[in-house]
Amino acid sequence: MVAKLELRNVRKSFDDKVVLRDVDLSVGQHDVICLIGSSGSGKSTMLKAINLLVSIDEGEILLDGVDITASSVNPNQVRESMGIVFQAFNLFPHMKVLDNITLSPRKVHDIAREEAEERARDLLDRFGLGDKVDEYPDRLSGGEQQRVAVIRALATEPDLMLFDEVTSALDPELVAEVLNVIRGLKDQGMTMLIATHEMGFARDVADRVCFLDQGRILEQGPPKEIFSAPSEARTQQFLQRIIDAGRL
Amino acid sequence: MTEPVEERVRGPRLLGPPRNRPAREEGARGALIAVISTLAFMATAIWVILTSDAWPAVQRQFFNPEKIVDAFPAIARGFWLDIKLFLLAEVLILIISLLIAMARSLRGPAFFPIRALAITFIDLIRGVPIILLILLLGFGVPALQLPGVPRSAIFWGLTALITSYSAYTAEVYRAGIESVHESQRMSARSLGLTQIQALRYVIVPQAIRNVIPALLNGFVSLQKDVALVFVLGIREGVREADIFAARTFNYSGYVTATFLFLLVSVPVARFTDWYTDRDRRRKQAVSN
Ligand SMILES: Nc1ncnc2c1ncn2[C@@H]1O[C@H](COP(=O)(O)OP(=O)(O)OP(=O)(O)O)[C@@H](O)[C@H]1O
Ligand SMILES: [Mg+2]
Repeated sequence: MVAKLELRNVRKSFDDKVVLRDVDLSVGQHDVICLIGSSGSGKSTMLKAINLLVSIDEGEILLDGVDITASSVNPNQVRESMGIVFQAFNLFPHMKVLDNITLSPRKVHDIAREEAEERARDLLDRFGLGDKVDEYPDRLSGGEQQRVAVIRALATEPDLMLFDEVTSALDPELVAEVLNVIRGLKDQGMTMLIATHEMGFARDVADRVCFLDQGRILEQGPPKEIFSAPSEARTQQFLQRIIDAGRL
Repeated sequence: MTEPVEERVRGPRLLGPPRNRPAREEGARGALIAVISTLAFMATAIWVILTSDAWPAVQRQFFNPEKIVDAFPAIARGFWLDIKLFLLAEVLILIISLLIAMARSLRGPAFFPIRALAITFIDLIRGVPIILLILLLGFGVPALQLPGVPRSAIFWGLTALITSYSAYTAEVYRAGIESVHESQRMSARSLGLTQIQALRYVIVPQAIRNVIPALLNGFVSLQKDVALVFVLGIREGVREADIFAARTFNYSGYVTATFLFLLVSVPVARFTDWYTDRDRRRKQAVSN
């Protein structure tokens, strides 16, 4: 079977700085992959590359077996089947929650306003945010904002979701509500690639954990393996630092 | 210098009310002081002017009531034309400059020609004195006598104003577009919006909000600069005042025109200040 997503020999540099080097990764249908690694290791760049928000220098990114970095591919079409949520500033502050969610369905997918709004309300209800429909983002808590951002990404019914440290700008007591949404998506079989600093969550939810180090996937495997018996010294060091910081 | 700041500001305790005065009383007292000191200052200034030896001559030449009444109808009619030109130009400037700014902020090699065109236009136009542009277009183009090309001085004067101000205003918008957080663009694009859709629905609405004070400043500036088309012989306010001065050898017409311009620009300037202030306070309230 063709992998849902596959990265082959992906390289990316900003100016002289190599940020991704020879990244190979295969994500199967319904897989949940967590990307861990220290700050600057290239997690965000990797996710943005997959969403075609940054262009890669070398290599291929295959979505359902099709190379989406080919110049013949329309990036907007690729993005329609993919959702991405960033660390912060996801929501458009000048739009109500409802308009944030319906913007893409209406303008990109040409869905009629009534239908788009009905679906958005359904989604908000399902995620316990039904009463926030008419709020502006700055009136929501950080956790609610991030949940709305997830809902907005889901509104166009993607079959691959990318998460870039979606909880790292949140107060600790708000982290769980956002992570629970992601757990819910796993239960529905969503294919996900999650960059995170929440090691407990990664251990819990990931089918596979990838440790990124200086733009390289240094080590990958089931969470049990990576967290309890990492084979690379750099992985051990990284995890040790996390443990010392009391985050595992 | 060991005296605490608060104490110095409020003066000796003996004269002032107790320290924990309610804020409102404080404000009222402040306003009263402001009014009294302003009146005192103005009274002094007026007294100095009116008692000076030169005043009678100044009054005869500049503030002659009879001449003002005499000059007023024509100048007011001309000024009304200024206002109409200003409003028409402003609307077009706001639209055209926004399009230029959007063109300029498109990314990627495919949009290079559009981007280059926008930058060239902005650089060239901003480098030319506005009065020169008015002369060039206003006298130059009609002189060519090209078939199908308008010859009206108003048309070309207005075109020159719009062209010049669009270049400046485009830069104002661009600053606004750049002030919007990069994540907003990324988020919009990640949702499948095209660059232009992202600008239109996400970036520009936020950008405009950020530059409203700067745009309002542009209003005040244009409202005065409209009068520059008088060099083309258009009978707007300043031109009428000029004609009056030439006819009567009296400058009260200029004063009349000055007064009319101030009547419009001062309120706009005050409004700009008020708006900017309110905006800043609101932003502070949000970030706190
Ligand atoms: N647009 C850019 N221009 C230049 N350098 C960049 C750019 N984006 C990222 N980088 C650099 O690339 C490297 C990898 O950044 P990236 O954001 O992918 O790391 P990360 O693993 O997501 O880190 P963090 O955990 O802090 O989010 C960093 O050194 C960063 O400075
Ligand atoms: Mg990152």
